[in-house]
Amino acid sequence: MSQIYDVIIVGGGPAGLSAAHSAYENGAKSILVIERDRELGGILQQCIHNGFGLHHFKEELTGPGYANRCIDMIKDVPEIETMVDTMVLDVAKDKTITAVSPSKGLFKVQGKTVILTMGCRERTRGAIRIPGARPAGVFTAGAAQRMVNMEGYLPGKKIVILGSGDIGLIMARRMSLEGCKVQAVLEICPFSNGLTRNIVQCLHDYDIPLHLSHTIVDVKGKERLTGVTIAKVDDKMQPIAGTEFDIECDTLLLSVGLIPENELSNGIDLAMAPLTNGPVVDQRRQTSLPGFYAAGNVVHVHDLVDFVSDEAEIAGKFAALEAQGKLADETREVKISAIDGIRTCVPQKLSMPKAGEAAKLFMRVGNPEQKVKLVVKSGDNVLASKMMMVAKPSEMITVEIPADKVELMGSEITVGLER
Amino acid sequence: METRVMNCIMCPMGCEMQVTIEAGKVTGVTGNTCPRGLKYAEDEITAPKRMLTTTVKIEGGILPLIPVVSSAALPKDKVLACAEALRNVTLKAPVKEGDVVVANILGLNVDIVASRDME
Repeated sequence: MSQIYDVIIVGGGPAGLSAAHSAYENGAKSILVIERDRELGGILQQCIHNGFGLHHFKEELTGPGYANRCIDMIKDVPEIETMVDTMVLDVAKDKTITAVSPSKGLFKVQGKTVILTMGCRERTRGAIRIPGARPAGVFTAGAAQRMVNMEGYLPGKKIVILGSGDIGLIMARRMSLEGCKVQAVLEICPFSNGLTRNIVQCLHDYDIPLHLSHTIVDVKGKERLTGVTIAKVDDKMQPIAGTEFDIECDTLLLSVGLIPENELSNGIDLAMAPLTNGPVVDQRRQTSLPGFYAAGNVVHVHDLVDFVSDEAEIAGKFAALEAQGKLADETREVKISAIDGIRTCVPQKLSMPKAGEAAKLFMRVGNPEQKVKLVVKSGDNVLASKMMMVAKPSEMITVEIPADKVELMGSEITVGLER
Repeated sequence: METRVMNCIMCPMGCEMQVTIEAGKVTGVTGNTCPRGLKYAEDEITAPKRMLTTTVKIEGGILPLIPVVSSAALPKDKVLACAEALRNVTLKAPVKEGDVVVANILGLNVDIVASRDME
């Protein structure tokens, strides 16, 4: 029937490409990367701004530059096969993958292991239930970014952006550079969820006002958007009556969060983590179903692609080792609980071999904090710790538990902040 | 003497720095994690600079646009003028990452280079 690969990777963005390269370096002999877009690289290809790669490649790159580096690492490797314009329709528990493409039609392939790197997608107007009329001119920020940076269209001229995450901020500058007028950026939280550097170089540089603790309470316009009404919100994020005012615009861009794209994961009943909206994984990025690994934004939304690559390399390594039968070690499960100020932690559990194994944890805090100590503990034993001058929900924190700490681990470890 | 609080934008860390300024010159910087912060503070006070990333039109490529980046930071007040000038440029595919699209843009001694391959 179908060809059997050591490792099949679903998604050819930075996670998939980094996983493929790592799987090859760790001995996998046949690796397949399946990508639905017309080319590899994922969303990086539309993120034309710079600031990527400082951690992973030790140089400052644009999004396409980062993608090119990932592609260059795999393109001449005979063990790695890539398919573009190919949509995975189904992943089955026996690791058979059904996909379709214009050149091959409908086909099946099977892997000894599978790595899920499907990334994430944007929340839409419907997802956050913005009231008001339904005129043309309301876009997600990423859709507008693709139009402006790759397809050659401008979505409008007078822009309001809802959400001050990095995509919203970057688009504020991008639209300004294209000659549009960005009227305002609105943020429902009392703080921005974007990187400080982006507040400075995307908003301050272009004199774009940022309204914190504000949201949209009405959308106006019949055929085309003509404006939005915004209002201040209270500490429960509810609009305060009497604080409303109007902003004229023909375009509204939504940068209101990303959702890991897990339809395929749900099809094989992977255990999911409610706060991260991605599969539960261990330190090897193995999911609840043996042989299935996951990495990148499909597991939890990252702020830096560098960390996506780091995580995907882990998944690629262990998927490759398993495919070669080199992961025979028995392991015991150690649960990880996020407590005291830490909102999420990936992985959510460890599968510890007797000899121990280093585990890299990726965490987010629930609220902005200053001068805190991140502590990883099992009972009273401290496994790892890190001092932080500032911790923000928008900036992922990483810490590594060294392999030799295995003896100090009970059946549960906690990650929390000490103030 | 004046003290200004500014965020370094050289990398995603965004260090908050206290910058002491005397007679238009930076005399002290604290809060930076690396030497790039010091350089940024000095530039920001005397001659602020920004990188430019935008797109230019391309004919015969798989896409109608190709992303470009400045080879070095440009004077901040010239960034919009450079973006405008690049709207009048049309390239022909193929182009390689790193190819110079416009040399010495507006006489600022900075090149604009392609940030990806385009066939």
